[in-house]
Amino acid sequence: MNFLDFLHNHIVYLDGGMGTLLQAKGLKPGEYPEHWNITHPEEITAIHKAYFDAGSHVVCTNTFGANALKFSADELESIIKAAVNNAKAAKEQSSNPGEKFIALDIGPSGKLLKPLGDLDFEAAVSLFAETVRIGTRLGVDLILIETMNDSYETKAALLAAKENSTLPVIVSNAYSEDGKLMTGASPAAMVALLEGMGADAIGANCSLGPKQLRGVAEELITVASVPVILKPNAGLPKSVDGKTVFDITPDEFADELADLITKGIRVAGGCCGTTPDYIRALVDKTKTLSPVPITDKNLTVVSSYTHAVTFGNAPILIGERINPTGKKRFKQALMENDMDYILTEGVNQQEKGVHILDVNVGLPDIDEVSMLQNAVCQLQAILNLPLQIDTADATAMETALRRYNGKAMINSVNGKEESMQAVFPLVKKYGGLVVALTLDENGIPETAEGRFAIAEKILKVAEEYGISKKDIIFDTLAMTISADNKAALATLTALSRIKNELGCHTSLGVSNVSFGLPNRDAINSTFFALALENGLSAAIMNPYSSDMMKTYYTFKALKGLDENCADYIAAADSFAVATATPITETKKSTEEYKSDLQHAIVKGFKEKAGDITKELLNTLSPLDIVQNEIIPALDIVGKGFEEKTVYLPQLLTSAEAAKSAFEHIKAFMASTAEKAADKGPFVLATVHGDIHDIGKNIVKLLLENYGYAVVDLGKDVPPESVLEEVIRLKAPFAGLSALMTTTVPAMEETIKLLKEKAPWCKIIVGGAVLTQDYADKIGADKYAKDAMEAVRYAERL
Amino acid sequence: MTMIITRNYPEPPISQKEILRYAGCQTEDSAIMEIMQECLREISEKLTYKVCYIETTLTISADCCDFVFFKTHAAKLAENLSGCEKAILFAATIGTEIDRSITRYGHIAPSKALMMQAIGAERIEALCNRFCEDIKKETGVRLKPRFSPGYGDLPLDAQKDIFNILDPAKHIGLTLNDSLLMSPSKSVTAFVGILDNIEQ
Repeated sequence: MNFLDFLHNHIVYLDGGMGTLLQAKGLKPGEYPEHWNITHPEEITAIHKAYFDAGSHVVCTNTFGANALKFSADELESIIKAAVNNAKAAKEQSSNPGEKFIALDIGPSGKLLKPLGDLDFEAAVSLFAETVRIGTRLGVDLILIETMNDSYETKAALLAAKENSTLPVIVSNAYSEDGKLMTGASPAAMVALLEGMGADAIGANCSLGPKQLRGVAEELITVASVPVILKPNAGLPKSVDGKTVFDITPDEFADELADLITKGIRVAGGCCGTTPDYIRALVDKTKTLSPVPITDKNLTVVSSYTHAVTFGNAPILIGERINPTGKKRFKQALMENDMDYILTEGVNQQEKGVHILDVNVGLPDIDEVSMLQNAVCQLQAILNLPLQIDTADATAMETALRRYNGKAMINSVNGKEESMQAVFPLVKKYGGLVVALTLDENGIPETAEGRFAIAEKILKVAEEYGISKKDIIFDTLAMTISADNKAALATLTALSRIKNELGCHTSLGVSNVSFGLPNRDAINSTFFALALENGLSAAIMNPYSSDMMKTYYTFKALKGLDENCADYIAAADSFAVATATPITETKKSTEEYKSDLQHAIVKGFKEKAGDITKELLNTLSPLDIVQNEIIPALDIVGKGFEEKTVYLPQLLTSAEAAKSAFEHIKAFMASTAEKAADKGPFVLATVHGDIHDIGKNIVKLLLENYGYAVVDLGKDVPPESVLEEVIRLKAPFAGLSALMTTTVPAMEETIKLLKEKAPWCKIIVGGAVLTQDYADKIGADKYAKDAMEAVRYAERL
Repeated sequence: MTMIITRNYPEPPISQKEILRYAGCQTEDSAIMEIMQECLREISEKLTYKVCYIETTLTISADCCDFVFFKTHAAKLAENLSGCEKAILFAATIGTEIDRSITRYGHIAPSKALMMQAIGAERIEALCNRFCEDIKKETGVRLKPRFSPGYGDLPLDAQKDIFNILDPAKHIGLTLNDSLLMSPSKSVTAFVGILDNIEQ
């Protein structure tokens, strides 16, 4: 029988532990268990056979760590071949008459993916792909991806399986005591990600016993629409007389699992410490139970690397600010590849309380494919909100979806044939909740009926692609009422019909409704309230708008969606604070400084420095503010730092206050198209192999303060990339940072390359392990012991 | 059966003084203290305290330490472990969230990145201390000071052997990069010599 058919109607028993049994047979710490497929085939076969005999329907090949990082290509092939043969031999030898399947077992690579570690996502996909291709060719029945403790690596493995095999794939993660993966994902987040990509069963294994995994198992059962796997350890390990033993017996193990099987577990087995006895006890105790039927939980959900966001309860806010449309300062940031600006927009919106971030970085003159990928990767490295990938470019959409660490929201598809053909295959492959705009080849219908009809058409086509309606969220298109005073009504009626008659969720870009009118927030927030009352599930909106946030919190409070009005009360304070803060109250303490701005910068008052600058821009030129206020203030602090009366954290808070002042100056200049005077490009990088960038970031902040156009290449930067940028900009300065002795050779290599190909460029080096001698030895122009010294050097030249 | 044991710890007590020291700040400036408090509030509950370890017998001859499963040649380590017939090899980490925070603030507020860095350094140190204290308490032995790759003449290369033995990727989510840096970065691997009660 085909595995999926069997899974559909039965409780499936997996096997139990392998590693712990091999250790009992003499496997040493540090020795690869996979080698035993070749060196001890009888032992491996005997273990597999014992599991089949005990009642396992599936045994997993002894290939947990069989990947191209650990083994050469030839060795990998022979190991997997031997492993599959051992399992096949066991299948033949076992006298158990039940169904028997062989799963190609894939464990984690042993590396952490970038940006936390140094394994690139695509390299991880290739790594797993190699194992998948070999296993599939050798005739296994299914693929088991297991013990993964990172969502991103799990995605890489599943993608590799889907791209290189048509076999069923079941996926199991290792959860910690806190009920999350090591890198933070909740069970609901994993279900969103894995179901979206088409995993055939999803579950938990290893790390803990069945008692400790109960909460995780129950959450998986509640949210998953596919069969749930549970493959726990034999309890927790403890030390008895210097030996390690697991703390529950086969009977206790079976009792725990039996109870969870009655609650809905459909694929059960054991992990570390379990033996054929555990599986036999499990089978004996549960073989008469009927499998709990698999039901579609019908959840509309997106996820990040930590959590899932479910639509249909309280309204979902999608922050719209990462989008260059109509924002000169944002466009400038994109043109300058100023990622910090974009990331700050993300962080600020999160602080305002949005649940999802829309990410749109499309501009005519930039490479949207790489920019969107970069923005998504950097945002998900520092923020745990799900992202909405917003682009009209299908290639950019796919590149971003591929790298996204979760189930993304996708903006957007519409009723045009061409659009559906481009977008739906991506939704099917990578998973996602796609925003569907109710327009088609004939444009946007004026009537609600017209928009409803397009929604019906979109659903029908989606179904042909195998995309369920829970993964489509309709946008009935808010149009400005300044052009047609019935426009909002059509939008709301269409919205209400789609919600009630099609049972689908809806989303709106609210702000369009007020285009061309004064005091837009007033219209937007009232329209938002009306849409919510008509059943709107989510809004793409400006979270900095106090009116919009008021509507959101009051709606929740009035509709019984805010227990004890707690969220409303917590937010109510911020509604009032929107008025400007007085900035001259501290006259007395500022007397020793030339001005309030200098005082704010020296003391590191970030917001205040920004507010004062905004005020000053009404009367002074940007250049005057920089020359007469900001730079002198920075010099005071810099001098203090050099004289050791100011410490590094204080230097940094001042630099950040100055940056906040500069931010207002930049925005002002972007709006007046005034060109900023800068002191020329300064290329900065943490060298290849090194992932420490705090020192580099400090240097960057100070250089920016002093007017250098810093191009930050990030960390782990290959020598060629530094050279390329230095040549492109004809940069007079390059700053290189390295923290470890092991990465100083990469610094030396970079210097050598720069000296050879870009001899004009002065190279400044810094980092924990460097000294003047070392810097001289590797040919640097300047060793800077701290950030101020780097600034002073550049200023001198 | 000698096996790798994993332990999870609750939050060890925090030393604000140590954090300031790691941040390179020798003054209890109120603004800086406030940044520290903010960072601690934000990160504390996101940290995990995990250790995996193995206990092994040890034979020392000249600069060679033979840990049964592998050998190292490092005179300083041999000196550190002298008098010990057993040793513990452990790996400890406080998880990935501290790295995310350091990156996050590296982009938007380097003063907080610096503080997170200092908190991470203090936290991993506190975890290692807590682990060693526990071993002493539970077994009644005395321990030599911890010794990590990169100390004295024990090369960073020794990390490869340590990771091979402990498989900390599987047990506590700790991995080794090609450049021999660890990810998560706030992690420690070390040898600890065990001195029986009666011996010196």
